[in-house]
Amino acid sequence: MEIPFAILTALTLVSALAAMSLRNLVHCALCLALTLAGLAALYLQLGAQFAGFAQILVYVGAVAILVVFAILLTNRGDQAAATRAPARSWVTGAGIAVAVFAVLARVILTSSLATGHPMVDRGSPTVKDLGMQLMTQYVLPLEVIGLLLTAATLGAVIIALPEKKTPAAAAPNH
Amino acid sequence: MQLHHYLLFSALLFAVGLAGALTRRNAILVLIGVELMLNAANLNFIAFWRFLPEAPAMHGLLFVLFTIAVAAAEAAVGLALIIAIYRHYRSTQVDDLRSLHG
Repeated sequence: MEIPFAILTALTLVSALAAMSLRNLVHCALCLALTLAGLAALYLQLGAQFAGFAQILVYVGAVAILVVFAILLTNRGDQAAATRAPARSWVTGAGIAVAVFAVLARVILTSSLATGHPMVDRGSPTVKDLGMQLMTQYVLPLEVIGLLLTAATLGAVIIALPEKKTPAAAAPNH
Repeated sequence: MQLHHYLLFSALLFAVGLAGALTRRNAILVLIGVELMLNAANLNFIAFWRFLPEAPAMHGLLFVLFTIAVAAAEAAVGLALIIAIYRHYRSTQVDDLRSLHG
């Protein structure tokens, strides 16, 4: 139990750090896919099978590919912008992140909830169990999620449509 | 393994995503940082579901499924916005988007 957890967390953390710090955007996207796959493995290790496979399908399959496409569509051929040095405010940003982690870690380590609980044996809920819950107790959230996904799909398509050519829409020179 | 191991790891992942979202200047990388933070929250849901005996039988799993769906919608709309912004400004650097700057 200890060694798989250590391997998975190390892999996920290193690839997350790489995704946030590498210069080449495509490398960042590939490291993001590795991070998401590591998280899916952690879900599987915790016994959440359907969530793990949904994570692989949705994140590693769809979102990572979407990010790669966005990077390729917005690539001007020169990497000058991508390799531009981080802004001067990066110390501030990193400091805020460290402070947030310190607060979270302090709360976690002093909480009575977080320690002393053994793993609960919940079996492994099957897809059938989840489907029964989704179709009975959670049918309203499920419908709302369906509506949201439809609206998001339509909205994404409409937003990404090419702009109409009007004289006022000339791109400013940056 | 104890619950706090998972919670600490998830807090670390959240901090990494937050640092990326705050320091990187490319809009796509900011979005990647937001995705990392959402995933850290998902790991928390699953860890609480697995470790706390008081938790209802399947709430954690269902919450994670809903979060994944919302995050996927967010990623699609966000990337479409980035592509539209790139068409207009020929740039994805958040520093270049200063039209509303006073």
